[in-house]
Amino acid sequence: MHVSVTVNGGRHDDEVEPRLLLVHYLREVRGLTATNIGCDTSSCGACTVLLDGESVKSCTVLAVQADGSTITTVEGLAPGAPEAAELHPVQQAFRENHGLQCGYCTPGMVMAAVSLLRENGAPTEAEVREGLDGNLCRCTGYHNIVKAVLAASRMPGATEVPA
Amino acid sequence: MIPAPFEYVRASSVDEAVALLGEHGDDAKLLAGGHSLLPLMKLRLATPAVLVDIGRLRDLSYVEERHDHVAVGGLTRHRDLESSPVLAQHVPLLAAAAHSIGDPQVRHRGTIGGSLAHGDPASDVPAVLLATRATVVARGPDGERAIAADDFFEGFLETALRPDEVLTEVRIPKLTGVPWSFQKFTRRAQDWAIVGVALVRNGSSGVGLVNMGSRPLRAVAVEDALASGASVGEAAALAAEGADPPADLHAAPEYRAHLARVLVRRALEEATAR
Ligand SMILES: Cc1cc2nc3c(=O)[nH]c(=O)nc-3n(C[C@H](O)[C@H](O)[C@H](O)COP(=O)(O)OP(=O)(O)OC[C@H]3O[C@@H](n4cnc5c(N)ncnc54)[C@H](O)[C@@H]3O)c2cc1C
Ligand code: FES
Ligand code: FES
Repeated sequence: MHVSVTVNGGRHDDEVEPRLLLVHYLREVRGLTATNIGCDTSSCGACTVLLDGESVKSCTVLAVQADGSTITTVEGLAPGAPEAAELHPVQQAFRENHGLQCGYCTPGMVMAAVSLLRENGAPTEAEVREGLDGNLCRCTGYHNIVKAVLAASRMPGATEVPA
Repeated sequence: MIPAPFEYVRASSVDEAVALLGEHGDDAKLLAGGHSLLPLMKLRLATPAVLVDIGRLRDLSYVEERHDHVAVGGLTRHRDLESSPVLAQHVPLLAAAAHSIGDPQVRHRGTIGGSLAHGDPASDVPAVLLATRATVVARGPDGERAIAADDFFEGFLETALRPDEVLTEVRIPKLTGVPWSFQKFTRRAQDWAIVGVALVRNGSSGVGLVNMGSRPLRAVAVEDALASGASVGEAAALAAEGADPPADLHAAPEYRAHLARVLVRRALEEATAR
């Protein structure tokens, strides 16, 4: 089955099996391996990417369902990515606030945070915690992740996603 | 985990979806948001030979005020329910239930039609439909028919929908200004309800229960008690009457029955305070 998608600003046409999951398409067909698979059962959020600007768990979406859509992974989040060495404000905030330890949950966590800020530009701490319901982190205890997202909400450009 | 191979077809209209279902018979399944079906397919608990994708039928995604009811398109996502100004005004109970579903990623994909057609007694929206005496509209080869919520949920993962029908709309009576409450008890924030309660406190109160039987149930004993003037405490004590709560790793039936009584009481107290 033919799919035509825009991934991190680049247009791609591929032949895929209907059963190919979006996360496998991104990792194996497109070679974008930052998006992790954690639970593989729709629970942990490690595989979160933006589909037309909204967070989705890419282990629970078929690549064919994304046909015609725009997908953003953490590799394509920063302005000028992947060439530029700059970080997106949300990435910057995670770094400054120690919002990660092992980093396994981080690509999904950052994409969920961007989606959350796009829907609510000035969230309260409770709203950040609730907005990250779908993302598990086994290291940080969440506290610094929440701090990072709150810090990001005060930074310009936190809701921007390169086209 | 990878689903078993299947053929994928995209429907560009409800009629086309109905025709495709007719053509492929029992081998075909509709795909809406995929957030109940795909997890089952990945575990190979479901192995449909054909998936008919109705996820792009944008004209089935709406929340509209119509005379005495609010009409919700069958493909409306949970996200669009929780943020709908029409629901906030006329059926805030449905917006609250939708907001409680899973997590933002799930709500960005899952639809009301999928939630209802799946017929899972642990789902949140069915209890709202029962409490509000809503109607489900389905379209099949012989046209459209309306099914009362009470007649819709037939058994565990079984509904009144025929294999060649598409759920196109849900009609909920307007409850503008009517006291309501949605209670959901979970172990972790993103979890399904161990027990949930949807309550509408109008002339004939409606009480829907989540996860208290093999199908979504109404707490009829509570409704009757309220109608004949029982106190909050008296009515709530009847919450598990006639229910058949399941046992699983989260809770024993006795614990669920206890939770139902507690949550119905909290719901009645919250609605009274509104
Ligand atoms: C991690 C996670 C957590 C969740 N937590 C909750 C929760 O707390 N509470 C809750 O209620 N739900 C929860 N869900 C389920 C979620 O609400 C699903 O979105 C919903 O149950 C199914 O909707 P869907 O559009 O994804 O349906 P799909 O998965 O596409 O379809 C489900 C079934 O319905 C059929 N179907 C779909 N649309 C139609 C239609 N219009 N007409 C006829 N048949 C149709 C399909 O053929 C299939 O059999 C959770 C799901 C996940 C993955
Ligand atoms: S890998 Fe997708 S939610 Fe865990
Ligand atoms: S940083 Fe290790 S899982 Fe979150």
